[in-house]
Amino acid sequence: MQDKPFMSSLTTDEVATSLRRKGRWGLGEVLFWLAAAATLFFLPERHLILNEIAIIGLFAVSLDLILGYAGIVSLGHAAFFGVGAYVAGIFAKEMTGDPLTGLAVAGVAAALLGFATSFLVLRGADLTRLMVTLGVALVAGEIANQASWLTGGADGLQGIMMGPLLGMFEFDIFGTTAYAYSLVVLFVLFVVARRIVHSPFGLSLRSIRDNSLRARAVGIPVNRRLVAIYTISAAYAGIAGGLLAQTTQFVSLDVLAFHRSADVLLVLVIGGVGYLYGGLIGAVIFKVLQDILSSMTPQYWQFWIGLILVVLVLAGRERLTERARFLAGRLFGRSAGAPRTAPAREGRP
Amino acid sequence: MLRRTFVGIVSAAALTLGLGGAVSAQETMKVGLILPMTGPFASTGRQIEAAAKLYMQQNGDTVAGKKIQLIVKDDTGVADVTKRLAQELIVNDKVGVIAGFGLTPLALATAPLATQAKVPAVVMAAATSTITEASPFIVRTSGTLPQNAMPMAEWASQNGIKKVVTLVSDYGPGIDAEKAFSGAFTKAGGQVENLRVPLQNPDFSPFLQKVADAKPDALFVFVPSGVGAQFMKQFVERGLDKGGIKLIATGDVTDDDILNGMGDVALGTITTHYYSAAHDSPENKAFVDAFKKANNGMRPNFMAVGGYDGMHLIYEGLKKTNGAGGQALVDAMKGMSWTSPRGPITIDPQTRDIIQNVYVRKVERVNGELYNVEFATIEDVKDPVKAAKSN
Repeated sequence: MQDKPFMSSLTTDEVATSLRRKGRWGLGEVLFWLAAAATLFFLPERHLILNEIAIIGLFAVSLDLILGYAGIVSLGHAAFFGVGAYVAGIFAKEMTGDPLTGLAVAGVAAALLGFATSFLVLRGADLTRLMVTLGVALVAGEIANQASWLTGGADGLQGIMMGPLLGMFEFDIFGTTAYAYSLVVLFVLFVVARRIVHSPFGLSLRSIRDNSLRARAVGIPVNRRLVAIYTISAAYAGIAGGLLAQTTQFVSLDVLAFHRSADVLLVLVIGGVGYLYGGLIGAVIFKVLQDILSSMTPQYWQFWIGLILVVLVLAGRERLTERARFLAGRLFGRSAGAPRTAPAREGRP
Repeated sequence: MLRRTFVGIVSAAALTLGLGGAVSAQETMKVGLILPMTGPFASTGRQIEAAAKLYMQQNGDTVAGKKIQLIVKDDTGVADVTKRLAQELIVNDKVGVIAGFGLTPLALATAPLATQAKVPAVVMAAATSTITEASPFIVRTSGTLPQNAMPMAEWASQNGIKKVVTLVSDYGPGIDAEKAFSGAFTKAGGQVENLRVPLQNPDFSPFLQKVADAKPDALFVFVPSGVGAQFMKQFVERGLDKGGIKLIATGDVTDDDILNGMGDVALGTITTHYYSAAHDSPENKAFVDAFKKANNGMRPNFMAVGGYDGMHLIYEGLKKTNGAGGQALVDAMKGMSWTSPRGPITIDPQTRDIIQNVYVRKVERVNGELYNVEFATIEDVKDPVKAAKSN
């Protein structure tokens, strides 16, 4: 199923109304964030893994911005995540341990790399993009490996000391400060991302995704838009990486590894592409499954994860979410046929 | 709806996990064993887990009135996961000891936690010299690379080898091995050239070509446990075994777990290491037999013996402290000495590192299977790096 094509016959007013309607906060969304906030108080024992979920969720949102909304496939999104992590780690070690400054620096560094490499991504179609993004991540990984005087190489970056958050909250061993910090950052960035995708800019991205020739024909500056969203997405990934470095106070080469890129793609596929909550829901399912299965069978949990993924794909996540949406619509008295923000894009990687 | 279902799943999962931890009374002593059970270093995890379980099976699960409960976690060999698991084990499960640590970065990432939480950390595998200096709560039952590499250098210089090329994995232990070997060998008048291969997905062929071009008397190798087979294969493919270049290595390369699968190409390889499954002692025979029996014929390697001795250290430490953990347990472990399957060992009271015999071995066929057969012993070797610092 495709979104209703963006028709030029719609008047500006109609477009604005439609955007505003889609941009409105639904009850489900409010509940989602309330539940997330509640975990801060009701699940004190699980803050460490929740922190990881929040970080992966943010990383997935970042990938969704380019994959789900602009149609740029990537197998190397870890490049930005890793650069953010290393920059945040090195910044904390060499300059100052203030978390927020470090996070901003990490985001800017990743954005710069994103901007620089976005021009490579503009060239070619999906397969080329897969290869280019993969290549960028491999190059970044090898640089981090070789520059061991700066990054610690394969032994990892050690000795990161973080200052207290806002000068008040020390990072504790229970991970509570870390989780609260990551959750707030996630929320703020999520709101921004939500604003972006429901803006005319976001709409133009979607039209590029669906048919870039036609988008160009109606006067959308395709390349500039893609560069912009790729840079924004890189900044998001960098901030996610920065959060990981700051909250675990350790960075290893692994942040740039291929499996990070693959995992985040998996998370997005589980949760749903082209739908911001998809990344968050996917992150929750993926991490919780991983945690439960790996404590039950430390040796064979990957088998079960694989099996569940296959089942998920065969049963069709789209169909499952569709049904759930329908039920939700019935329950809350909204029309089940309300315009959907998530176009089903099966058959695309 | 869907979202809330997920939240429900999460909370339910969290609850069950949380409850599982809360049920146990104070009379249990939990040991968190964090190992790479999946991924490229899974063999390390498998060996250590099997050995730890064997030890508990042989010695019962009650020590000094406390029931020992082993909690095994898979860190997939990724450092931030190791750290998170250690943190969860300490905070949620209230473990008294954390143990395992398959690779150096994994141990180093966790070291600050051990210090912060005052929980003893028993390193059963990772072998970079500096690990025990990263936290006063770290005790090691495996060994260090310099401990194995220096005797190799001495043996080489005494046996007519003048020129050596070293080939090591490019990370902490590899660099340790390279430094220790090169230092000792050049001091004895030899000539050394150094090569390093990446730790992840190593391709040895370009490096082996360089070795072939350099025409040394011997090639000294260190690769982590499990990677040796791949190295051996490429060594033969390049024809280096026929080029008159002697292969010398630390025992990690001819790891007992995979040695038999390497085939005849491994024959004659000289290695130095602290453990061989062919070590001739009653303790070792009993250990190897029991281990094979419990694990479907799998042969224990040096990882297994590190895990076995690590459990022994925890048991004996608890006996001495009468069940107390924390600083008291670390203090009790210091200076402890016993006869392990590998031979006599002692925990150095100053450095908390292990003092053990290092054996010079040669790969031979014994009863149809390949083994590292020991032919010389260097007794009571301390970690040379720390020994040099204290002098």
